[in-house]
Amino acid sequence: MSNRASNRDSAGRGLGDWFATQIANLGEFMLDRVAGVGDVAIFSLKTVGWIFARRQRRDVLLPSFYQIGVLSLPVVALTGLFIGMVLAVQSYSQFRAMGLQTRLGAVINLSLVRELGPVLAATMLAGRVGSAMAAELGTMRVTEQIDAMESMGANPIYYLVVPRFLGCLILIPTLTVMADFMGVLGGYLYSHLLLGIDYHHYWTNSREYVDAFDFLMGIFKTFFFGAAIALVSCHRGFNCDPGAEGVGRAATNAFVHSFMLILVLDLFLGIGLDNLQDIFHPEGPRKLL
Amino acid sequence: MPAPAKAIRRDISDPPVIEIQNLSMRFGDHQVLRDISLVLPAGQTLVVIGESGCGKTVLLKAMNGLLRPTLGEVRFEGIPLARMNEHELARIRTRYGFVFQGAALFDSLTIADNIAFPLREHTRLSAAEISDIVESLLGEVGLPQSVATMKPMQLSGGMRKRAGLARALALDPHLILYDEPTTGLDPIMSDVINELILRARSRDGVTSVVVTHDMHTARKVADVILMLYPLSRLPPGEPQVIFQGTPHDLDNCSDPRIRQFIEGQAGTRLSELKDEQARDQAQSTPPTPEHSQHTEDET
Repeated sequence: MSNRASNRDSAGRGLGDWFATQIANLGEFMLDRVAGVGDVAIFSLKTVGWIFARRQRRDVLLPSFYQIGVLSLPVVALTGLFIGMVLAVQSYSQFRAMGLQTRLGAVINLSLVRELGPVLAATMLAGRVGSAMAAELGTMRVTEQIDAMESMGANPIYYLVVPRFLGCLILIPTLTVMADFMGVLGGYLYSHLLLGIDYHHYWTNSREYVDAFDFLMGIFKTFFFGAAIALVSCHRGFNCDPGAEGVGRAATNAFVHSFMLILVLDLFLGIGLDNLQDIFHPEGPRKLL
Repeated sequence: MPAPAKAIRRDISDPPVIEIQNLSMRFGDHQVLRDISLVLPAGQTLVVIGESGCGKTVLLKAMNGLLRPTLGEVRFEGIPLARMNEHELARIRTRYGFVFQGAALFDSLTIADNIAFPLREHTRLSAAEISDIVESLLGEVGLPQSVATMKPMQLSGGMRKRAGLARALALDPHLILYDEPTTGLDPIMSDVINELILRARSRDGVTSVVVTHDMHTARKVADVILMLYPLSRLPPGEPQVIFQGTPHDLDNCSDPRIRQFIEGQAGTRLSELKDEQARDQAQSTPPTPEHSQHTEDET
């Protein structure tokens, strides 16, 4: 009897300990996440501070712009082209069923410039540019190059992060314009050449339903996407774990976290900008259907 | 701004270059350094030796503020490093040179640009003046001028180390820190590095701290040798610095731990490592359930 009671006591204590451990682990996990967000925030503030504290050198800035902007052009153009064509493929049958296939231009171009162009171009760049930045900075961290820079009295954020941040901030919106252009072109070519949509109806409807605000709204979002990609990717690289595994994980996390942040920003910016649109168009949105 | 001309002569009558008081360093649950104190006079070469994992590199990085102490204080020329903000620390670091274990040259820059980096960052010298200094430094470390346009990955390990030393000397530092300068090099190249360390020391009596486990380097370049012992194998309360003295005193020391290290004897270390491995495995294996106890309760 005494054995059974003591076993019940031990089991009770074991279960209690297990729950306490799980709660402690959850608490530690949450604290780590909050500290991580704080760390990124401080890193971001330092980056912005260095933009204004000291002018960037051309020999540091221009190679960064070339890597981020020029070398990303082909892949962004291709992404835009195929997005436009896929939109045409997916929308045509539904609109044709309602006899509204001539409005395909409006649907494709509105979706492209407001949403798909900016988000998919930013996602492509998070993968191409973001992962590369994280891997490069991570490698510099594990080979002590960042320590060497600090030990010479140079600030690594000024030399390594600010050029990349400015590159992403200025060039990702520029690349999105390319993605939008190629998407519009791809959507039109597919619609006109393969689906037989009349040129006049395609562009007339497009002009009627897509205006400058829609285009600018999409571009406005990409400034935030660019900043997010640069800051998250550089932060992951700076804080990567030792070894090749650490660098690989930093590159993967740079893309995943950038992408998630792009989605969150897209949602909140979309809500905010839609509200702003009410100010410019108090009569309400034009209806496509 | 530091001038390239060697105008100031430093000697042992100057105040201490480095003062460390009760320094402890902990990373999470893992303590690496415990209660280290030392004073490094100007012009002296201190060599820090010890087994892998005893905290030599951590001590070195604490000396120039790359790592902040968990407890204790590090002063450079009387100034506490922990109280400085980033800008003040950056200014102080122009008086340091640091030669990293892998040289830590910037991959995307040429050797000339690597050496010129601190000069472009901290001086207003013209491109021609910087080029002259780079040429002079390459000659000082025994590198041919042809390497100036090469990238670090095109050089051998020894050449990269020498380029790293040239970069560390660019601002005419008061203190040069060397992290395992001869690791991975052949014996001849190791002695070339030792000679360069001695030559750098003769530059206005610059103070040096060399972290190494190479006893040949330690004996050749040291004025004072400091030996650290890994905390994981040290009883609580015992000092982590188990030796501080001249190379001659080290060779005559009778402490078995020191003798084992300087003679390079494995001794009982292999069996200690196997015991440690077995203990770790036992701790990670979950205990088997007690069937006999349960059966007794049911009856």
